[in-house]
Amino acid sequence: MAEFHPKIYAFLCNWCTYAGADLAGTSRMLYPADFRVIKVPCTGRIDPEFIVKAFEQGADGIWVSGCHIGDCHYNTGNYYAQRRWTIFRHELDCLGIDLRRLKFTWISAAEGRKFADEAKEFVNRIRDLGPYERFHEIIPAEPELALKTGGGN
Amino acid sequence: MSASNESTTGTATAETTKEVDALRKVARELLESGAVKMVIGYGEGYTQGKVMPIFLTDPEEVNRLIFDKRCVNNLATYLKKPEIRAMGKVAIVVKGCDARAINVLLLENQARRENLVILGMVCEGVGDPAEEKCLSCLVNTPPVYDHLFGEKIPARGWNEETFAKVEELDAMSPEERWEFWRRHFDRCIKCYACRQVCPICTCTRCITDKNQPQWVPTSPHPMGNYHWNLTRAFHLAGRCVSCNECERACPVDIPLSIINLALVKAVHDQYGFIAGMNSEDSPPLATYKEGEEQEFIK
Repeated sequence: MAEFHPKIYAFLCNWCTYAGADLAGTSRMLYPADFRVIKVPCTGRIDPEFIVKAFEQGADGIWVSGCHIGDCHYNTGNYYAQRRWTIFRHELDCLGIDLRRLKFTWISAAEGRKFADEAKEFVNRIRDLGPYERFHEIIPAEPELALKTGGGN
Repeated sequence: MSASNESTTGTATAETTKEVDALRKVARELLESGAVKMVIGYGEGYTQGKVMPIFLTDPEEVNRLIFDKRCVNNLATYLKKPEIRAMGKVAIVVKGCDARAINVLLLENQARRENLVILGMVCEGVGDPAEEKCLSCLVNTPPVYDHLFGEKIPARGWNEETFAKVEELDAMSPEERWEFWRRHFDRCIKCYACRQVCPICTCTRCITDKNQPQWVPTSPHPMGNYHWNLTRAFHLAGRCVSCNECERACPVDIPLSIINLALVKAVHDQYGFIAGMNSEDSPPLATYKEGEEQEFIK
C-alpha cells in the first residue's frame, strides 16, 4: 500500500507564519509537503466557516497559525481570533470533531525552525491518525453536492 | 388580527389575575394616548387551551391580553421583523428570558430603547410541566422593563441540573459525541424554524441563504445538516439567552439546547459573560483582554 499522504489545510497569517514558512524554505529546512497553505491577511480573518468547509473538502487535519499575541500587524486581530477559536474549538469538541486534527500555533516571521518543526509534528500526527473517515463518511458522493463552493476544489 | 376574529379567540376567559388586569389597563392607556402604535402580547389561540401572539392596535381589544403558564413563546422575536420595526414605537409583553433577548438586541443596536415600551411580567416559570429552561432561570424578574406586573421575586439561578446534559455529553468520547449528534442531525429537514423563531438571529440575509460562495450546503444531507447546526449555534455564541425557542420550534426534536448551553457555559467559564443580563457589557466575541493566552495555542 502506498504511503498515506494526508490532506492538510494550513491557514497562515500573511505577516508572521507565512513569512516564517518562507524563512524555513529559504533556509532549506526540510519539512513534509503534505499541507496546502492558504494565506490570509490575519488570523482574525479566519471565519470558522473556513474550518468546516475545509473538513467538507476532505481535510484530514487543519492548521491555523498567526502572529504571537502582541505582534499582530493589525494590533488586535489575533486577540479576537484567540477568543473566537477558544469558543469555536469548544463547540467542535462538543459536536464530536476529533481535536487532534486541529492545530493552533503562533509562529513569527523569524521562527523558520519552529515552522518546520511544527509542520513535521502535525503531518506525522495526522499520518498516524490516518484519513478522517468519520467526517469523510458524511460527505455526499455526488461532487456537485459536496463542492458547491464557487471556488472549486 | 382583525376584529372579526374576536368571537373565536376565547374572550370568555373566566377570571384574570390582578397582574393581567393591570397589564390590560396599561395597554389601554398606551394605545389610547397614542404612545405606542401596537401592543404585542399573548392571547387565547384558535385551538382550545393554546395561546398565540396577538398584535393589538385597537384599545378596545386589550381584554384579549392574557398571561399564564401557557405563555411559553418568546415574543421578542417579532422585534426583528421589518414590519414591526417600521411601526415606530411598540409595546411588548415579556417574561424575564424574553427581556434578556431584548437586552441583546439593544446591545447590538438591533432595537432602539426609545421605540420600546417593555411590559415585564414577573414569571415563576412557564409550561406544564415546567419548561426545563425555567428550572434554572436567571431572570424571574425581567432585567429590563418600563412597567412591571407582579411583585419582584429572586431568580432561581443556575444549579447543578442546569448543565447536566452538557456534562453528560462532555463525559463521552469524541466518537460517541459524533454519533450522538449524527443521530440527531440526520433528522434535520433544514426547515430553519430554529432560525426563524430565534429572537437573536437578526441577519436580514442569513449565511445559509448566501450562495456566492455557498458556505452552508443547503441540502438536508448529513454534511449539510452538520454544517448548518454547527453554524447556527456558533453564531449565537455569547448571544444566546437560553429561551429555548429553537428547540421548541424544531419539528424533529433535535436537542439544540444542549449545544446552546455548552456554548453558554464555555463563554461564561472563559470570559465570565452571560448574555442579556444588561445592555452595556461588550459582546464577548467582539472584545478581548490581555493575558488570555490559551494552552491549546502553542
